[in-house]
Amino acid sequence: MAEKIKSKLRGNGFLLAVTIILFLVLYFAGAVLYADRNFTSPQVFLNLFISNAGLIIAAVGMTFVLITGGIDISIGSVIGVVCMMLAWMMEIKHMSAVLAIVLVFVFGIVFGLVQGFLISYLKIQPFIVTLGGMFFARGLTAMISSDMISIQNETFLNLANHKIYLNFITYYNNRGVEMHPYIYLSVVIALVVVLISWIILRYTKFGRAVFAVGGNEQSALLMGLNPKTTKLKVYILNGFLASLAGFVFCLNSCGGFVEQARGFEMDAIASAVIGGTLLTGGVGTVVGSLFGALIKGIIETIITFQGTLSSWWTRIVIAALLCFFVILQSVFKTIREKRLAQDDHH
Amino acid sequence: MSEEKKTVLSMRHINKNFPGVKALDDAQLTLREGEIHALMGENGAGKSTLIKVLTGVEEFESGEIIMDGKSIINHSPQEAGINGISTVYQEVNLCPNLTVAENIFIGREPMKRGRIDWKTINQQAQTIFDNLQLDIDATETLENYSVAIQQMVAIARAVDIQSKVLILDEPTSSLDEGEVEKLFDLMNMLKKRGTAIVFVTHFLEQVYAVCDRITVLRNGHFIGEYKTEELPRVKLVATMMGKEFDDLADIKQKGTGSIRSNDNIVIEAKGLSHKGTIKPFDLKIHKGEVIGLSGLLGSGRSELARAIYGADKPDGGELYVNGEKLDIKAPIDAMHHGMAYCPEDRKVEGIIADLSVRENMILALQAKRGMFKLMSRKEQEELTDKYIKILQVKTASRETPIKSLSGGNQQKVILGRWLMTEPDFLILDEPTRGIDVGTKTEIQKLVVKLAGEGMSVMFISSEIEEMLRTVNHMGILRDGEKVGELEESELSQENIMKAIAGGEK
Amino acid sequence: MNEKLKKLTTHRLFWPLVCLALVLLFNFIKSPSFFKISINNGVLYGYLIDILNRSSELIVLAVGMTLCVASSAGTDISVGAIMALSGAATVYCLGTGDTYAIPWILAILIGLVVSVLCGMWNGFLVAKMKIQPMVATLILFTAGRGMAQLITGGNILYIKEPSFKYLGGFLPHIPIPTPILVAIVVVVLSTLFLNKTATKLYVESVGINPKASRLFGLNSTRIIFITYAACGLCAGIAGMIATSRIASIDANNVGNLMELDAILAVALGGNSLGGGKFSVAGSVIGAVTIQALSTTLYAMSVTGDQLPLYKAIVVIVIVTLQSPEFKRYVNRWKAKRTVKADGKKVA
Repeated sequence: MAEKIKSKLRGNGFLLAVTIILFLVLYFAGAVLYADRNFTSPQVFLNLFISNAGLIIAAVGMTFVLITGGIDISIGSVIGVVCMMLAWMMEIKHMSAVLAIVLVFVFGIVFGLVQGFLISYLKIQPFIVTLGGMFFARGLTAMISSDMISIQNETFLNLANHKIYLNFITYYNNRGVEMHPYIYLSVVIALVVVLISWIILRYTKFGRAVFAVGGNEQSALLMGLNPKTTKLKVYILNGFLASLAGFVFCLNSCGGFVEQARGFEMDAIASAVIGGTLLTGGVGTVVGSLFGALIKGIIETIITFQGTLSSWWTRIVIAALLCFFVILQSVFKTIREKRLAQDDHH
Repeated sequence: MSEEKKTVLSMRHINKNFPGVKALDDAQLTLREGEIHALMGENGAGKSTLIKVLTGVEEFESGEIIMDGKSIINHSPQEAGINGISTVYQEVNLCPNLTVAENIFIGREPMKRGRIDWKTINQQAQTIFDNLQLDIDATETLENYSVAIQQMVAIARAVDIQSKVLILDEPTSSLDEGEVEKLFDLMNMLKKRGTAIVFVTHFLEQVYAVCDRITVLRNGHFIGEYKTEELPRVKLVATMMGKEFDDLADIKQKGTGSIRSNDNIVIEAKGLSHKGTIKPFDLKIHKGEVIGLSGLLGSGRSELARAIYGADKPDGGELYVNGEKLDIKAPIDAMHHGMAYCPEDRKVEGIIADLSVRENMILALQAKRGMFKLMSRKEQEELTDKYIKILQVKTASRETPIKSLSGGNQQKVILGRWLMTEPDFLILDEPTRGIDVGTKTEIQKLVVKLAGEGMSVMFISSEIEEMLRTVNHMGILRDGEKVGELEESELSQENIMKAIAGGEK
Repeated sequence: MNEKLKKLTTHRLFWPLVCLALVLLFNFIKSPSFFKISINNGVLYGYLIDILNRSSELIVLAVGMTLCVASSAGTDISVGAIMALSGAATVYCLGTGDTYAIPWILAILIGLVVSVLCGMWNGFLVAKMKIQPMVATLILFTAGRGMAQLITGGNILYIKEPSFKYLGGFLPHIPIPTPILVAIVVVVLSTLFLNKTATKLYVESVGINPKASRLFGLNSTRIIFITYAACGLCAGIAGMIATSRIASIDANNVGNLMELDAILAVALGGNSLGGGKFSVAGSVIGAVTIQALSTTLYAMSVTGDQLPLYKAIVVIVIVTLQSPEFKRYVNRWKAKRTVKADGKKVA
């Protein structure tokens, strides 16, 4: 048993362990600091998921892309344009909510397909292609409407406001009233995405091909895999997840406006990296990205509870964590290379 | 006396052109069931091209490949795999981020109820290693293992796929003796199973230890196929090196070389070594001497030179330049002490492709002078023109991008780059490769002239004749180790080849 | 004649100039007074002056970005954040009082030192720690604005002293807008430094073939480090101009998305994003072209928020044309056409 744990902890398992421990440390820190303000209330914990459902989905999509050694900086803009599209279709064009939602998923898939083609078949750097994607989506948002559009569509609002009560958990609030915590549909979607993605990455040939291509594309080719189609599928999947994240985001904001989700891709990347996904590719875990997103959530929560610190501190802490993890990954790599050089008996 | 084994694969009349060069000219290869077949040849012989043609990495112009009676063409490594041909490459072509077991099964994972069956993968992989008595944990990430182990895993993958033909391309470069033995056990096991194995290597000892037949290629031509037991080592070496048409005018007068004495030692290496490439060696280089390094491809000639120059920082031993002990941290240190190194692979380590002939030529001298002392345009042009003339570089102008020049002319520019630094010790690694015969002689004459003026030169070449005409002293290398030296009086083709081949076993 | 024409069209600045010329021509057709320059109130006015003025920060950024791209095939996405951070440092030091708290030149120097330190940090991560440039600069991209906000206390700080506007506006009695002058000085000085020392040669050599460069004595780590430090300095200078323009520091918005424009300018200028040979002049032309394109689109009632869509199309088209895979497809297609034309197989 000890051997098993030791082997799981070696290398990249170690990074995931660091992430989970970090999350627990932050949670307990908050619990200790703000015990008197119900930090440990189940609702506060579930709010982490509620506020960050979109981030979780976006981080999962980003994980797939990062594993193949690519990157997607257009995700924030895609979320923005998806919200705007939903708002416009439902409020200006009076389409049904269901139709609007299906159409934005189609948009996400097509968007991912185009980006994937440029990246995997024309071999253009992912950063540049998704930079173009970011510009395109952002501009498109403004073209659809420069004013904010609020969603009044009943079906949509019902979906957005529908609380799912977790009646198996009971707690008492300040006034001693018995409460059950609740979540929204968005949280369910996010968790389902994480579960399905985990299964894909672990138990399907496609998932393993994603890792292989990210590890060494040339080797993957020589071993009989097809890196081009694998990468294309990854970007299509990412496009779909981006539109799904946009939908979830919209459930939260119930409207579309030009500046929505600007810079969100950096949060998604940070979540994935803090969660143990290597920016150089070949390594990643959606569970880690989930925790990465939750870590951002908890830092935000702590800062909100603190009250006096500006919200910019969240940005800075995340950047510092990102820096720490990037350097940690780099140090790890150097240690491994040195150890192997010693092992070579020549 | 064994009966003729059944032919599994036959390549006939294979022709392959690259722009400007004919890589394979009517080449052939015959593989028989249950035989280990060595494919040998010096640089440019066409070994790797032949393999690439067989496995679908490269296309070919004409010829045929017949496997089990059927004519086939592999258009991709994937297709080659489907046709029963597996390859293990010199650079470990596995995915370092996946586990050992997964590397063996990727692309053909056993499934159970629609999901990948990890239990079976891990168990089967571990069984393979246990059977071979290799201490490898199948669930360990590949990159946590040394290159040697990774190589074994690559072979295990090919073995598990149960191909009819297994190609091993320089598989032993990073293995130690124990691991090589295990590899041979594996190969013999496959042999009994009936697999036809192609063993591409330059290690003579290994060829004689495990191979049944040897095919020798030279300059893209098929020279011959021999049964190992019928081919003495010296004959093999001679066949591989062959005789080249050459203007055989004797350019070196006997005795004009420097007297090797302890007074004029320029460079001395004591126990200098670099892990994985060159075992510890001693060498003394004298002023005005031309010292050659002879040995088969892969014997460590370039590596020895690189260890002296600091291109590969040595991990052991000491280096003295003019009696002073030096710790060379980077090539610029060596340059400041009067050394120059003209590398073997000009494309990868020589030319700066998009820059002009002038820029390529003056860069080494400029690096010596320092960033803030830019050479005046006039000086750059004059020096460039000077060496273009001396070396007869064919170029439209000195501003032409070097990538437009032919390989031979590119080589001349790189040579000019180093001559321009007026070094005390010049290392030339295959300086005449790809150069026309007339110019080869010019360069050889130049080397002798420079030595006469006091420069020490290390001359590495696969053409023994070329070296015989220019060098005063010869170092002999085999299998990554310096195994001997020959004095001027002992220099002859026969002696050199004997020294390279080593003892008959 | 054909020889001369071929030499002209293959010059590396040809296509960038053609693109610029097309944009300018389009503007001229739409409004004939486009090229008119006049002097009002002792200063130069005109569309052209306006374009050059507004593109000054971008020109300065593009100079720095060109070096990073050339030496390491990397992009520094933190330049916008560095602009904000150095601007915040300068404005904070000067204070929001009626007069400067410390001498102006000292505050500017502090701002520039901050930007150089940022550049050196990036350079350390990329050159020494061998981290991918996009990843390494991601850190300052995320943190830079946050740190700037901390300095300004989350507010927009205003400078009351009128002379602060000289840098972003006009110097007394000088008709040319100061930003244009600053841009010219930066371009001239950098070109002089690059060409009068071996720096340009070294950067190109390291960018094209770092292995060979090491063998003949270059220290690629040091060279790459210097290019990122220089990029940081350029971002600092651009930050000074930007803050001076509006006599304030808005840490959230200053330099927003300018890193992307800078990368686009480098690419438009004919420089390969894969590193190697570069031309500062090309990037300058690229920067002016982007600004001219923006001006054109504004004149066509495209709003600032919609502008990125057109930039996206331009980026993708240019990068596709530059991509070797695309050229390969085109060559194969051309070869097929030749087959059809000849009726027999081409060797």
